[in-house]
Amino acid sequence: MSVILIFLAGIAAIITWWMAQQRLTSRPWLEAGSVGDTPRYDVSSIPTAKIGLGVFLAVVGALFTLFISAYFMRMGLQDWWAIPVPGLLWVNTIVLALSSVALQWAKIEAEKHHIEAMRTGLLIGLATAIGFLVGQLFVWRELVSAGYVLADNPANSFFYLITGMHGLHILGGLVALGRTTFKAWHAEQPGKVLLSVELCAMYWHFMLLVWLVLFALFAGWANDFVDICRQLLT
Amino acid sequence: MVNIPSSIDDTVPAAEVEDVELYHPHSWWTTYVFSQDAKVIAIQYSMTALAIGLVALVLSWLMRLQLGFPGYFTFIDAERYYQFITMHGMIMVIYLLTALFLGGFGNYLIPLMLGARDMVFPYANMLSYWLYLLAVLVLVAGFFVPGGPTGAGWTLYPPQAVLSGTPGGQDWGIILMLTSLILFIIGFTMGGLNYVVTVLQGRARGMTLMRMPLTIWGIFTATVMALLAFPALFVASVMMLFDRLLGTSFFMPAIVEMGEQLQHGGGSPILFQHLFWFFGHPEVYIVALPAFGIVSDLISTHARKNIFGYRMMVWAIVIIGALSFIVWAHHMYVSGMNPNFGFFFATTTLIIAVPTAIKVYNWVLTLWRGDIHLTLPMLFALGFIVTFVNGGLTGLFLGNVVVDVPLSDTMFVVAHFHMVMGVAPIMVIFGAIYHWYPKITGRMLNEIMGRIHFWVTFLGAYLIFFPMHYLGLLGAPRRYYELGESAVNPPSAHDLNVFITLMALTVGAAQMLFLFNLIWSLRNGKEAGGNPWRATTLEWQTPTTPPPHGNWGKELPVVYRWAYDYSVPGAPEDFIPQNQPNSNRLSMENAS
Repeated sequence: MSVILIFLAGIAAIITWWMAQQRLTSRPWLEAGSVGDTPRYDVSSIPTAKIGLGVFLAVVGALFTLFISAYFMRMGLQDWWAIPVPGLLWVNTIVLALSSVALQWAKIEAEKHHIEAMRTGLLIGLATAIGFLVGQLFVWRELVSAGYVLADNPANSFFYLITGMHGLHILGGLVALGRTTFKAWHAEQPGKVLLSVELCAMYWHFMLLVWLVLFALFAGWANDFVDICRQLLT
Repeated sequence: MVNIPSSIDDTVPAAEVEDVELYHPHSWWTTYVFSQDAKVIAIQYSMTALAIGLVALVLSWLMRLQLGFPGYFTFIDAERYYQFITMHGMIMVIYLLTALFLGGFGNYLIPLMLGARDMVFPYANMLSYWLYLLAVLVLVAGFFVPGGPTGAGWTLYPPQAVLSGTPGGQDWGIILMLTSLILFIIGFTMGGLNYVVTVLQGRARGMTLMRMPLTIWGIFTATVMALLAFPALFVASVMMLFDRLLGTSFFMPAIVEMGEQLQHGGGSPILFQHLFWFFGHPEVYIVALPAFGIVSDLISTHARKNIFGYRMMVWAIVIIGALSFIVWAHHMYVSGMNPNFGFFFATTTLIIAVPTAIKVYNWVLTLWRGDIHLTLPMLFALGFIVTFVNGGLTGLFLGNVVVDVPLSDTMFVVAHFHMVMGVAPIMVIFGAIYHWYPKITGRMLNEIMGRIHFWVTFLGAYLIFFPMHYLGLLGAPRRYYELGESAVNPPSAHDLNVFITLMALTVGAAQMLFLFNLIWSLRNGKEAGGNPWRATTLEWQTPTTPPPHGNWGKELPVVYRWAYDYSVPGAPEDFIPQNQPNSNRLSMENAS
């Protein structure tokens, strides 16, 4: 469970940093205002939807961190045989990274009011994300036909479970991205969809980050890292 | 809207704050059924939670009948008894308390108390309720499928939860339970995002964080905790569903059942316990923190005095929220662990008593020399303080490893958690309903029925749970279908069980009176007016009662002061609403 505790420590740091700016030591009982001095409007100027997505990503982060926690705890038991990493996973990783880059590009073009370029960026992002999902399905097929079925070994079970959960999150993101692309086609100015594009890009970067961590986990590098940490601690 | 403030320190007149675009319903269906209005969603959440809570109440009656009169009720066999226990626990903790505090009070109070028109993501808010309803329906479906609901205990520990010896283990029961939990968590996440982001972004002008009523602080902190803790239950549920349906071995060790080797092997039941309690302990405070917050406001309002130590109260809420994430293994002392871990978790557990005690002192000091009105909300608030202290004290016993080991799995634990997280939060829920019902419906609840309800519930709860501590010390184990003639069940203990059962039936009957009161007062209650308790917080300052869609009419309120200006010296009345600026009071003081 140490992985989730480290994650929560990070969240706690963010919350503490935020709360430090909220005048928590003020004395509200002494600070009644009169009509003239209108109180400070202390709501953040960041768009509400963006803050909402940020909070949601914290929840998604907690979810995957808990899966990873469980993975490490289960891995310590006797019957664990690591699953091989098919070469196709490298290709998928690159495709997902491309998707992320394309959405970032779409966002930059939208800020510059280049609507055509933005649409192209969104389309590339959409296509590569679908490509990633299809690629993941091929990885599953490859592993199954090589005999690494779900219930055979906990390593296999975790691989299918966690990649499946990641895929579901990409699928959910695709719904939002699809709607954004649709809106982008009907909007005259990029300004109207800029926020949506920005949110999609943010979500995609996060899911790419999650995927890189998961990939490291399955490839076994994360284990080496944990071993090093353990040796340092003991 | 004339203009929009261009910078945060802009000093334009207050009313011209940027307004949100509201969703406006067009038909009866979108107004009352698929509504995106937080107040309607709150009522939907509350009604559903109360309805399913009623099921859990009946289940507790059945369990008590079995314990008090073993053998008389032939339709209660051991399997049924376990199913009743499981469903009673799960419903009460998750589908009643969590849903009612956050989905019910959260939805109703957050926008109103903060001076917002609605939640920030109304559509997700609506989906949240419908997923919750679906989760409840899936849960209830367990009663109607072959094999009945799961009887694994509310903690659902594997491997027994998915074995054929447990009711519902190899039938539909456990599948429906896990599915229902997964749906609940997805739905809750949608609602939870709303509660958190509305507190962050939806506040009216002048409503700084340190001017928020403690109710909002409690709900806000509890929601942040729930958003981070519920994923653990989600992960555990999904993995157990895989074990049950797809034959994986996340939690399932190698097992021989009925002489047959099961296909599972190597899994770790302890892993499940870690995940479950990583959610399960914060869950206690997810229920308790909103109760803490609400009770602070009830006490302050009905004692006509500002809350003692407001800042300390806020900090205590946040600190309790943070600490509750590092105590989970105190539920696992008897599962076997490194003694050093036991020591660590006992220490963190006992440290939580410090901020909690600060809160209790502050409540008592708020009452000290206050102008205490023994209204119904105040009675329940006082009942809460006493009950919470009682339940908390036995928690100090159980937090210690050496005391917990012999007491674990006895009725002592049952008595402890029913006092501290059953009766105590329920007291607050009742107090809160008596307090806010006039705002929701425009009418007061009937006073006489309310007083009968309070005294029967309050005294009855003690008559039920105090003897249970004694039974636990005697060694009577929990979760036993019947004790028979054994050393831990002398005739005196059996008589006590009969007594507890009679009390449980009585307290349950008092709840029927409460439900009747809720319906009866809708038409026959006294007209309440806009602010019957003469309270300061914003929800009592709405132009009309009950508040309409959009809450505030044309102009959003502006907040000039904190929520606890009661009995301010020199003020014309004994309360000053949060949206009233200072000038009147100053001129008054100058004149005198």
